[in-house]
Amino acid sequence: MPKYRIERAPAPIWMRTFIPIAAIVVTFIITSILVIWAKANPLEAYYQFLISPLSNKVSAIEVLVKSTPLLLTGAAVAFAFSSGYWNIGAEGQLYAGAIMGAWLGMVLKEVSPFLGIPLMLAGGFLAGMLWALPPAVLKVKLNVDEVVTTLLLNSVILFLVSYFLNGPWRDPVSMWPQSPEIAHGTVFFKLIPRSRLHFGFIVAVVVIFIEWFVLARTAFGLRMRAVGLGKEAARFAGVNVNRTMLSAALISGGIAGLAGVGEIAGIHFHLIEAISDGLGYTGIIIATLGALNPLGIGLAALFIGLIDTGAQSVSRALGVPIYLGNVVQATLLLVTLAMFILQNYRIKRV
Amino acid sequence: MYAVQMRGIVKRFGEVLANDHIDFNLLQGEIHALLGENGAGKTTLMRILYGLYHSDEGEITVNGKFSKILSPKDAIQMGIGMVTQHFTLVPTLSVAENLALSEESGFTLNPVVIQKNVAEASQRFGIQVKPGALVRYLSVGEQQRVEILKALYHNARVLILDEPTAVLVPQEVEVLFEALERFRKDGLSVIFISHKLNEVMTVCDRITVLRDGRVVGTVEKTATTQTELACMMVGRENFGVSRQGERSQGEVMLQVENLGARDKKGLLALKQISFSVRAGEIFGIAGVSGNGQTELSQVLAGTLKPSGGKYWVGGKDMTRADPAQLSCVGVGRIAEDRHASLVGELTVAENIALEYLDEFVNNGVLDRTRIRKNADKLISEYQIKASADDCIRTLSGGNMQKVILARTLSRQPVVVIASQPTRGLDVGATDYVRGKLLEQRDRGAAVLLLSEDLDEIMALADRIAVIYEGQIMGIIPANEATKEQLGLMMSGTASVTHDQAQEVESA
Repeated sequence: MPKYRIERAPAPIWMRTFIPIAAIVVTFIITSILVIWAKANPLEAYYQFLISPLSNKVSAIEVLVKSTPLLLTGAAVAFAFSSGYWNIGAEGQLYAGAIMGAWLGMVLKEVSPFLGIPLMLAGGFLAGMLWALPPAVLKVKLNVDEVVTTLLLNSVILFLVSYFLNGPWRDPVSMWPQSPEIAHGTVFFKLIPRSRLHFGFIVAVVVIFIEWFVLARTAFGLRMRAVGLGKEAARFAGVNVNRTMLSAALISGGIAGLAGVGEIAGIHFHLIEAISDGLGYTGIIIATLGALNPLGIGLAALFIGLIDTGAQSVSRALGVPIYLGNVVQATLLLVTLAMFILQNYRIKRV
Repeated sequence: MYAVQMRGIVKRFGEVLANDHIDFNLLQGEIHALLGENGAGKTTLMRILYGLYHSDEGEITVNGKFSKILSPKDAIQMGIGMVTQHFTLVPTLSVAENLALSEESGFTLNPVVIQKNVAEASQRFGIQVKPGALVRYLSVGEQQRVEILKALYHNARVLILDEPTAVLVPQEVEVLFEALERFRKDGLSVIFISHKLNEVMTVCDRITVLRDGRVVGTVEKTATTQTELACMMVGRENFGVSRQGERSQGEVMLQVENLGARDKKGLLALKQISFSVRAGEIFGIAGVSGNGQTELSQVLAGTLKPSGGKYWVGGKDMTRADPAQLSCVGVGRIAEDRHASLVGELTVAENIALEYLDEFVNNGVLDRTRIRKNADKLISEYQIKASADDCIRTLSGGNMQKVILARTLSRQPVVVIASQPTRGLDVGATDYVRGKLLEQRDRGAAVLLLSEDLDEIMALADRIAVIYEGQIMGIIPANEATKEQLGLMMSGTASVTHDQAQEVESA
């Protein structure tokens, strides 16, 4: 009987480019079991998932709408991860931005959009930074594990939102747990009339581009990458590791805060508890799928946006649960992670 | 009768030859030391015996029988037990449960029975453990006893201890040595991995010295001395760098006074060290590894805060300086761990630029042409076999070291701190590095050379200090130093008295 041995040998470069495609194929093979279980035809389901959203203009624009916050949370997570700071709190930082957006929308009553929109962006960024500050300070001062602290703060801010919505900001007319509608001057303008695509999409694309520039072309970006890839070596070469990590963590929080503002000012126009539904966590998936490369993140966010939109059309057309989209996302993440590891090995016959 | 015989063992890790045709014999009922510097191949050899690694060549016989040891399970079955440096106990389980874990008997586990069994074993082997105690509440010494008992519990007749004293306080070392004596009386064989000469001489019967993956020799304790062992451990073939005549020396560029520092375990690793290095000299610090060299180089590189004392660079107090400030005043640092001074996933050019990044930047934006040009220039100047865009991790050890040399030495540092600069390098790269250090001295830099390689120190240094247990045993001019004298100092048996040292200093 021939014996096989697993040995460490990195895959050649040309093979690496096929990994995302291979991951998608494997994911669809695995998830088709569930599709069959839901008594639907897998091929038809994946047509609905991937092709049908792009086949008409309305749903194609909707893909971009869904991608908008994902581009930002993905960029936020990737920025922190690049410096070796494991920010799991984009979800909470997004809510912080959303709270700030809702508040600014309330207080800036007669503001002109030329002032209101920049204020919204600045406020959201600042709020995200503030929410990211305590874990980051604890990390650099006391070496407290940021994975735990950023994750737990996500739950904390949900209670804060709940307090605002059931307390001071509760809609006085309907008594619904939602904040008053934001002022006209703070609403993000539409990019395409009668669609939901708003100014936030441009913000997201610009942020992705800036992030690419900072990481690849600036001294700060090189220091960040050095800290993320070799903390000891970076310290030895004179990089201020703590300051670099702290800055990366705060900027990451700020970007996530922008995602929250976008959802308030572009989609919902008031704060509700379900404003995110896991956008921050999906950002971790996107950052990983994009291998922390801003351009990869852009593609990953658009792809996840496509699956999100597709999940709705699958469920409408074939009657399968809408949660199938979540399952596909989760499976895709696991398969991609597995492939990142497996690409370093090969099976050899001995 | 040999309990274990290893013949012609060869083990390669990539390009590195960790074990080069090693022969090793273990007698029944002896304590046999495996002595050597870090990276000499001791642990690799023992990991092969315990089935954790597989040798590329060579054969092993246990009790005269040819044996194929493919896993620790095989080794345990043949009566071989190993206590590694990192313990393999489950902290949340009790001592008895930990021992029962590796037993394959039935489905149920009776806590009363296993506690009784362990208590009995503890009695029989004379190793004090509390069977019911949770492992996480035990001291390191107690945990080590549990590990040893675990091996004996599985009927080990050969016990491998990998640097067992490294984690122990002196009192615990005593207890361990008493236990080892008892094992010997009971006919057990013990392999004791160490680089501490005095311990080896205290407790072992025979000593096998390894260096660079090869056996230097096996000696009886009664027929050797600590000094001979020190020479066996650190000697290397002479090489082609020749010393020049007496030289005039400049001002003191690096002054260290009463410097102290703690190691990772919080123990005092450096005790009140004082010395000074002048411009245009190489000041060598010799010593067996683990005597405070690592901590000294870390303090002088700004990555470890001293627990006491001060040091000055060119008259400026730099005691609390961080690495960036040290780069600023012209302290070139070559660390003993290349992988902790270069970022493996970044390119050669980026690594070279990293230390002086502000010079390669326009308004915060990287000047990529300048980074590239600088790297290309240094690559040809320092004969680095790589291109500027190659990832550091794809380079050989020698080329990595050349990148570090290029990064630091091209800045014309006033002080060079070179810590084990040739460790793990091949002959060509070693000569290259040594030549570069001499070049720095001739240029007028004050060079501090920390090395475990005594020949290297004797060939390069103008003055030699010996460090032992965190203290300087004495400082002597290189032309007066003999290997024997240095060996005595390195083993802690002799020191140049303070007066002598001062005379030399003022001479």
